[in-house]
This record gives sequence, C-alpha cells and structure tokens, in this order.
Amino acid sequence: MEFVLAIIVGILATSAFYLMLRRSLVKVILGMVFLGNAVNLTIFSVARVTKGYAAFIPENASTLEGVYADPLPQALILTAIVIGFGTQAFAIALFRKAFQKVGDDDLDKMNSTDIMCNEDIPGDK
Amino acid sequence: MFFAVLSGFIVACIVPLIFKLNRKVAGALLSILPLSLFIYYLQFIPNVLAGEKILTTFYWIPFLKINLNFLIDGLNLTFALIISGIGFVVYLYASAYLEKSEKIVPFYIYISIFMASMLGVVTCDNTLALFVFWELTSISSFLLIGFNHEQERSRYAALQSLLVTAGGGLALLAGVIMLGQITGTYEISQMSAFHSTIVSNVLYPSILVLFLIGTFTKSAQFPFHFWLPNAMEAPTPVSAYLHSATMVKAGVFLMIKFLPILGGTDLWMWLLGGFGGWTMLMASTMALKQTDLKRLLAYSTVSVLGTLTMLIGLGGEKAISAMIIYLFAHSLYKGALFLTAGIIDHETGTRDIRNISGLRKYLPVTTVIGVLAALSGMGIIPFIGFIGKEMLYEATLLSGEYSTLFITITVISAINIFAVMAYSGILPFFGEYKSPAEHVSEAPFQMTSGPIALALLGLVFGLFAGSTVDGLTNKALQSIFPSASHHLALFHGFNLPLLLSALTIAVGLLFVFKRNSLVEFIEKIRIPEFFFPSKWYDYAFNGTLSFAEIQTKFLQNGHLRYYIFTILALFILLVGGSFFGFNTSESILNAFAISIERSLAGIDIYDISMLITVLIASVFALISQGRLSAIASMGIVGALISLIYIIYGAPDLAMTQLSIETLSVILFVLVLYKLPRFFTYSKLKTRIRDLVIALAFGSIFTIIIIFVSAYGKFDSGLSEYFAQTSYLIGHGKNIVNVILVDFRGFDTMGEITVLAIAAVGVYSLLRLRKQGGEQ
Repeated sequence: MEFVLAIIVGILATSAFYLMLRRSLVKVILGMVFLGNAVNLTIFSVARVTKGYAAFIPENASTLEGVYADPLPQALILTAIVIGFGTQAFAIALFRKAFQKVGDDDLDKMNSTDIMCNEDIPGDK
Repeated sequence: MFFAVLSGFIVACIVPLIFKLNRKVAGALLSILPLSLFIYYLQFIPNVLAGEKILTTFYWIPFLKINLNFLIDGLNLTFALIISGIGFVVYLYASAYLEKSEKIVPFYIYISIFMASMLGVVTCDNTLALFVFWELTSISSFLLIGFNHEQERSRYAALQSLLVTAGGGLALLAGVIMLGQITGTYEISQMSAFHSTIVSNVLYPSILVLFLIGTFTKSAQFPFHFWLPNAMEAPTPVSAYLHSATMVKAGVFLMIKFLPILGGTDLWMWLLGGFGGWTMLMASTMALKQTDLKRLLAYSTVSVLGTLTMLIGLGGEKAISAMIIYLFAHSLYKGALFLTAGIIDHETGTRDIRNISGLRKYLPVTTVIGVLAALSGMGIIPFIGFIGKEMLYEATLLSGEYSTLFITITVISAINIFAVMAYSGILPFFGEYKSPAEHVSEAPFQMTSGPIALALLGLVFGLFAGSTVDGLTNKALQSIFPSASHHLALFHGFNLPLLLSALTIAVGLLFVFKRNSLVEFIEKIRIPEFFFPSKWYDYAFNGTLSFAEIQTKFLQNGHLRYYIFTILALFILLVGGSFFGFNTSESILNAFAISIERSLAGIDIYDISMLITVLIASVFALISQGRLSAIASMGIVGALISLIYIIYGAPDLAMTQLSIETLSVILFVLVLYKLPRFFTYSKLKTRIRDLVIALAFGSIFTIIIIFVSAYGKFDSGLSEYFAQTSYLIGHGKNIVNVILVDFRGFDTMGEITVLAIAAVGVYSLLRLRKQGGEQ
C-alpha cells in the first residue's frame, strides 16, 4: 500500500516541480496545487496507513481500540488542505491582476517593478 | 569608575540640547566633561602611588563572563590621564576651530562617544567588555574621519580605517576568546598567572598572531599602517586626539598590558621587534618627503608607534620604562604639534609646507608652541623628549645579540624624526614671510591655551622629571614588572646614548638644512606599486565588490524559476547525495524489497488503476497546450487523491479535498477561461533539463517514503492519547474532528484567520481590478 502511495507522491512531486520551473505563471500556480497534494500525501503515508479503518469510536464504546487510521496526521492535513486553498485562491486573484497589467502570463516579463507600457505588450500568442 | 566611563555616552546624548540652549558657550561648557574626568582621575594618584590597585566590579552578563570590571593601576591611570587631559585641550580647541561649522554638534557627539570608549579601553579589565569599547573607538573614529562626508576622499579614508581597525578588532576578539578558553578567565589582571600555560599551549602562535593583528591594525603597524596617513582627512582636533595621542596608542597599550601574559617568547620578540622596527624605519623615511603638515605628522606618528612596538618586543624592564616615557612625551608634543598645524591651516588656509614660512610675526604664540613641541620631539635637552630618547637608546643598546641592528635603525629613525619635527614645528615660522592668505592673525585663546600648556608641560616634565612624572611612571612600570623601578633624571652622565644623541642632532641638522636634496634622493627610490600594502587593501576591497556583484548576478537573477532550480538542485545534492554518500544504496534496495513485499499482500486492482490514472492525468497536465484541459487534469488528480483518502480510512480528508478541489477548479476556470492557449516559451533542451531535475526530486520523495515505511513509522504516541480520550474528554466520536475543534482548537482558529486574510486579499485584488478598469 505504502509502495503505491510512494510512487503516486513521486509522480505528483515531479509534476509539481516541472510545472513550477515553467515561465508561464498559470503553470506555476498549477505546480503549487500539485505540490500541496504531494506534501499532504507524504505526511499521510509516513504515518500509520490502514485500509478502511477510519478513526471513529464505535457506537457503544468510549475509547478506540485495535486497528485504526492515525488521526493526528489527518488533522494536520485537513488544516493544510484548507490553507492550501487559501493561498491558491490568492495566487489566482493575484495572477488575474498581474495579467491585466502585463497582458501576459510570462514570468520573464514580470521581473521588473515598473509596469510596462502598452506598446511593449506582445499580442496574442 | 563605571560612571566615569559612562558619562561620555550620557553627555553625547545631550550635546544637541546644550547647543540648542546656547550655541556660543556650548563648546566651553562641554569641555567641563573631560576636565572633570581629568580631575576625577587625578585624585587616584595618591592611592596608586601608595601601591594600591582599585577595582570596581559591575556584573553585566555574568554567565558569559562578560563583566564591566574597571581597574585603576599605574599604567591604566597614566593612560586615563592622557586621554582626559588631552581631551580637555581638544574640546576647548574645537569650540573655536569648528565655531562656524554646521557640523559642530555631531562633532561633539562623536568625540564624546570616542572619549568614553577610549577610557573604557584603558580601564576595563574584562577582555570581552574591552573588545566592545575597542570597536566603539573604531566606529567613532570612522565617523570622525568621515566628518567632511561630502568629500569622496573622506569617505574613502573613513571606510578604510573602519575596515582595517574593526576587522583587526575581530581578530583580537578571536584571540581573546581562545585565551579565555585556555585560562578560564577573561580578566586581564588574572591572566598573567597562567603565563607558562599559555605560552606552552599549541594554540599560542595562533593566539599571538590574532592578538597582534588586532593591535597592529589599531596602532598602524606595517602592513596596516596606510590607514593612518589617510585618516588625516579628519578635522585637525580629531587627528591630534584620536590619531596621534590616544586611539592609535590603544594597540600599544594592549601590547604592554599583555606583555606579562603573552610575552617573553622568541616569537613575541621577533614579531613585535621586527614589525615595529621596520615600521619605525619605513614611516620615518616616508615622512621626510611629505609636504602636507598633517601627513608629515601622521607618518612620524606611525614611526613613533613602531618604536613603541619595537620596545615592547624587546621587552626588558629598561625597554618598558623607556617605552612609557617615550609614549608620554610623544602624546604631549605630538598633540601640540597637530594643534599647531591646525592653527596654521585655520589662519593661512594651507597645510603645504612649501607655501608657508616666516609666520612668527603674525602667529607669535603659535610659534612658541610649535618650537617648544618640536624641540621636545627632536629630543633636545632639557625637554622630556630628550629623556625619552636617551632611555630609548639605552634600552636598545641593551637588547642582546641583535642590539647593533636595532640601535642602527633606531638612530636612523631618530635622525629622520628630528628633521620631520623641524619641518613641521619650526620651519613654517622662520625665514622669509610667505603665506597664501592675505591677512594672517593669531588664533583665539581657546585654540592656543591648550597646546601651549601641552608644550610647556613637555619642558616642565623634562626639567623636573624626578619630582613629577617619576612617581606615576614608576607605578606604570610596576604594573608590568612588579619589582622594577626607574629613576628619571635629565642628565645620565657622559655615556654612549649621549654620544648617539649628539650624532642624531648633528646629522639631523644636516637633514634640516639640506631638505631639498634629501627629498630628491628619497624620491629616487622607486618601489613598484604592487609592494604597497595600501594597494593590497584596494585589491581586496575591489575584489570583494566584484565577487559580490558576480554572485549576486548569478544567484539573484530575478527569475523565479532559477531560484526554484537552485533550491531543488541543492536539495537533490544534499539529500540525494546522502543516500549514496554513506553507502546506503544496499539498504535502499532492501527498503524497496520490504515495501514491495508488504504492499503486494494488501494490494487491490483499484490501487493499480488509481496509480495509472494519476500518472496519465499528471502527464496530461504537463504537456497540455490548453489551459482548461490542464486545469481539468489537475481536478482529476485532486479527485483521485480524495479517493485515496476514502480508501485509507480518512473520510474527513476526502470530503474536504473533494470540495476544495471543486472550488479550485471553478475558481481557476472563472479566472482563466478567457485566456489564450499556453505558449511554449522554453526550448526542448530546457524542458528536458527541468524534467530531469523534477524527476530526481520526485524520486527522492518516493525513496524517503519507502525508507520510512520499511524501517520505522513516525509515532508520537499522541494518536494513542487521542484515541483514548477523544470521547471521554472531548465528547466526540470522530477523533479527527475532535482534534481539530477541541484538542488543537487554536490551530484551527489560526487556520480560519489565514483563510480570512486570504479572502480579504482576494477581495481587494478583485476590487482593485474594477478601479483599474475605470481608469
């Protein structure tokens, strides 16, 4: 089971960094989403992984005994997913704004603090 | 004593206030500070003469052994008196000298900080606290040299002096810490007990070299001497005070202080004797050809500092007693000569000795000061300079097997100094009248009274040496050699030193009258620029700047992806390298075997299909040309991950992941659907390179997870606790939920805050868009 998870994490991390190394800002944001997923799965898979045993206390018991999925990393990941969404949303809004100003999603056109003049903006690609 | 040192810092804070109250008398009012300090230190004389040592302790950072312990013994007191006494003269002098300058307020601030720090250096017994004061003198010196900061030369000189002296200070700190490690104490007064332990330690040579880098830079010894002549960019009172009478002597002071701790070895003798002797000879020769009054004096100061260093290197009782007298005499006459140069500069507008002569008619008082001070510096009987020089010759003659060498260079240097003193203190006043200024008039009382006192003291202390300076200098000597004593007298009888003095005067007079041909001769000596240490400084300085520029351009290139690239490459190198660096490739294979074996047992068809789907979706996201299809693939990956969470017993995660993923996709589509297709910016080669890097990184992730799953799980024991108590304490049966809202409720509150901030950010960015659209 962990072996499969490990391979999936590897695929996600590879995709994440390949996308983050691109010049297109949209791809960089996509890469961030991938990286978030990869890291969450990493935390998930280095803890105790079980199939099908959710961390619920049974109806008639007051404590949980036996085999159960590790609840602590789950709580951490839950927070991470939500915060990851917050950053994503902000990045997307920021991208929207930057695209309006620069007219392009090429990062190389954004590494100056001065806003480019309209004439310099290349047309549709 | 603590307060005495602190007072300068306090006064520095209220200087602007004093000038606001009354600008006219502010300078005179501030002079009360050094005067009262001088009187304060004077009252210790009876105690010190009785053989007492006064120590006050103030615990500053006791657990690091950094304490503000101040000690008054003969040597410390002599220096404290020189600092506060000449400080008074300089404060008073500057009040008239800088009267019209707008920068008189910062001047008094800096110089008060300097005086306080300098008093700290000479009275502090704790080496770590001493280091703090030591660097403070470098910083205040930097500020004072750069006083006329609108001139580039001043800024250059200021930075140079700071880099050299503060850099040396760091070496000193390293030496002092090593010394503290060996002896277990940072108190100077307790270290001499460990002398034999220190000099036999393997670290002794490194300690000594580090220590000497600190003192040599401060006291302008070869090869660090070049900053001192450049420091003449400072206003003249500063040159008189910091760069001749006090700060540059801090290095010398520390070397005598540490003679009983680090001295007495051949290494000590050769390093100090060699560098000191060479500095003395070289600087005095360089001084001869200078035409700027202040540079003339600066080079002669370097030479005298060399003499003092050499004497400490020789290290006998005679040498140290000669050193103390020579230093004392030098502070008096050189301070006076610098202030004379300042008066000449102030009244005639030039410091070039070729343009001024015969000033005695218009500057009668200054003439008296200049001549008296110069005579002391030349070592003419009956001035204290004469006694100093006699003792110098005597000590050098007694210096053992190499005494012939040392006495030769000493006499040559003394002849040079003789001539330099005449050039700077006598020649400008005699001969035919020549001056670039039309109207030359005598300087005001504040500027002449101090220097004349210094010059006269040189005469008085010479005439009555036995009954005035004898007592205190004896005690200063005894703080190094407890059983030694000397008896100062003007006339020691007809002996070899007297003969050498006569020789010095005879040849010196020749130098004075034949200045032109002498300078011509010196000019002929051509040394390639490469051999000048000041050039080394420039090379090092410019080299550092170009290196900084190159590496900044390389690392801070302004391209986000190269930053990520650098981080990834470093991570792969360090983490990936550690896999193979420690011969763990076997255990990696082993981990794979264990992991596969374990996984095969519980593997299902949907595990495999999930893996394949993730792979396909990811690859599609990478290569897709359309934005929407890339986003869709991302959504598929997200949905698959929520499936993984369901299968592996995390329904809460699955729910969150699914809803968040849906939201993200909607958001992405809303913002991006209008945009054109992706444009391929990079070349195939770049993409392959990026893929290789990303693949290496992804593989490291995989390997780490397999490692952990094969060899040991992370288990904090917390999960157990939560499973046991979530219902009993938290009253909830879904443990993950209880953790989030109860056990780690504050975390969740933080998370909500982050979301709220992000929402505010998104909202304002969207609002901004509207306004931008209106424009």
